[in-house]
Amino acid sequence: MLTTKPAEEASAKEESTRNFTLNWGPQHPAAHGVLRLILELDGEIVERVDPHIGFLHRGTEKLMEARTYLQNIPYFDRLDYVAPMNQEHAFCLAIEKLAGLEVPRRGQLLRVLYCEIGRILSHLLCITTQALDVGALTPPLWGFEEREKLMVFYERASGARLHANWFRPGGVHTDVPQKLIDDIGAWCDPFLKVCDDMQTLFIENRIFKQRNVDIGVIGLDDCWRMAFSGVMVRASGAPWDLRKAQPYDCYDEMDFDIPVGRNSDNYDRQVIRLEEMRQSIRIMKQCVEKLSAREGRGPIASREGKYVPPRRAEMKRSMEALIHHFKLYTEGFHLPAGEVYCAVEAPKGEFGVYLVSDGTNRPYRCKIRAPGFPHLAAMDFLCRKSMLADVSAILGSLDIVFGEIDR
Amino acid sequence: MDSGLQQLGEAIAAALPGAVTGISTAYGELSLTVETSRLIESVIYLRDDPACLFVCFTDLTAVDYPTRAKRFDVVVHMLSPKHNRRIRIKAPTEDGVPVPSLTALYPGADWYEREAYDLFGIVFSGHPDLRRILTDYGFDGHPLRKDFPMTGYVECRYDEEQKRVVYEPVSLTQEFRTFDFLSPWEGSGDYVLPGDEKAAARRE
Repeated sequence: MLTTKPAEEASAKEESTRNFTLNWGPQHPAAHGVLRLILELDGEIVERVDPHIGFLHRGTEKLMEARTYLQNIPYFDRLDYVAPMNQEHAFCLAIEKLAGLEVPRRGQLLRVLYCEIGRILSHLLCITTQALDVGALTPPLWGFEEREKLMVFYERASGARLHANWFRPGGVHTDVPQKLIDDIGAWCDPFLKVCDDMQTLFIENRIFKQRNVDIGVIGLDDCWRMAFSGVMVRASGAPWDLRKAQPYDCYDEMDFDIPVGRNSDNYDRQVIRLEEMRQSIRIMKQCVEKLSAREGRGPIASREGKYVPPRRAEMKRSMEALIHHFKLYTEGFHLPAGEVYCAVEAPKGEFGVYLVSDGTNRPYRCKIRAPGFPHLAAMDFLCRKSMLADVSAILGSLDIVFGEIDR
Repeated sequence: MDSGLQQLGEAIAAALPGAVTGISTAYGELSLTVETSRLIESVIYLRDDPACLFVCFTDLTAVDYPTRAKRFDVVVHMLSPKHNRRIRIKAPTEDGVPVPSLTALYPGADWYEREAYDLFGIVFSGHPDLRRILTDYGFDGHPLRKDFPMTGYVECRYDEEQKRVVYEPVSLTQEFRTFDFLSPWEGSGDYVLPGDEKAAARRE
């Protein structure tokens, strides 16, 4: 896997000072997936980085053009498989915008609750495995214990630990029992203690700081030009969060803060991620409270029968409901012709769906705008003139998942 | 909201005479169609004008309309964090006619243009390094074009005898079944439904 060979085009004056080309990956534990980096090195200094991606390319966008809208939702779980429901959310919002569907309040609250669970899932994985990349072995064990509990919440709502397929156009697929909401509420406070533990365990650790402070610095203007979003922009000093700036579902009534960094380095990104988990807990607590209150009860999905399938009990009594059910699961619904771009604040940044409909039951074109794609594209910019050992630290701080980058 | 978008669109069209050929504000999103030859000039204006300030490059992609004379739409999304507003720019282009690259203005456009080249075969003039990005090394064709079959042309597997990965033409035990749902229930009568060929012959 790690092989060295002299760069052919290296224009060195002497044979002994020639640059080296290092082939890193595609099967490297610190690559967070299947990434191949061609590194051009001058001693230990990185002169150029050329990431090769596409090893996990499955042609999602092409496949989607041959399937109905409902059949396409599971593809979104498989993009960023660390936080599946956040992706579904963007696609459902795009469909709802085209169809003009209203999501009932309980449906919105449940979506927001599970999106925040997804954010914690993703951030836990990112900060703890990045600590692993810079030499700390135990943080992933701490993080994964909590992730396991969150995946059980996923399973209890949707039946699947990972590929939930639970968000649907118009709401969510099934209602959750009150016991589950209570259990999520009971999980919140102990998790804040875990956040404090993680802070003292490695965020404040001397070695973790030595490996991350002032590494991978990028200014705000470059961030915008490089199409950055999410934590990457916030670490560079912009309080930009789509949940606040362009709120969707019921984020506008949630009370939470946006942590903003000052030094735009690896360390700030990780500190922001830790703080965002605390903010997510705040949002989750508000959701739990509202879902348990009287006004939080009610339908979980829109009643628009032409888009949302009927409840099982209705189908047993109503012929209309039975016909709608059959038509929606075979032919699927038709969306009016048009185009929309819908973006959500996914854990990794702005996850957007550009959906072009031609009035049939299938998307004419669906472009998935993955947040990790431009972040990885900036590897060359971020790594130039840094040390070889910093490459994996920078890569870890970008929060890369290949499911969404390669699509 | 909509009237504000319309005003902004008209202001941009007035500032770039002849470049903007269409303004749409459907679904509360501002969408401009621009002349492909004047794409760079338009994007510079959108980035620098104080009323626009679309400094954040968001996305670049393409859409294939095989029946049109100008087959592709290159679609660019940009964001103005200052005004909290998005804009979509569409530049129609023909197959084989280069589109000016935005990489000099937005370095982030680099990989997006490589992707559009890889998946649609759109050439970007002035791009520093226009290689394939998502598909396999040595891949042939542009998969997101509408005339490229969803099941593809070649498949690969590891060959135990040759001890290497081999590429073969795709062989499917069953064709991918696409049902024509457009809409038999409403009784078109203009075409024969798949599977109904015999019934249609008898009727004649």
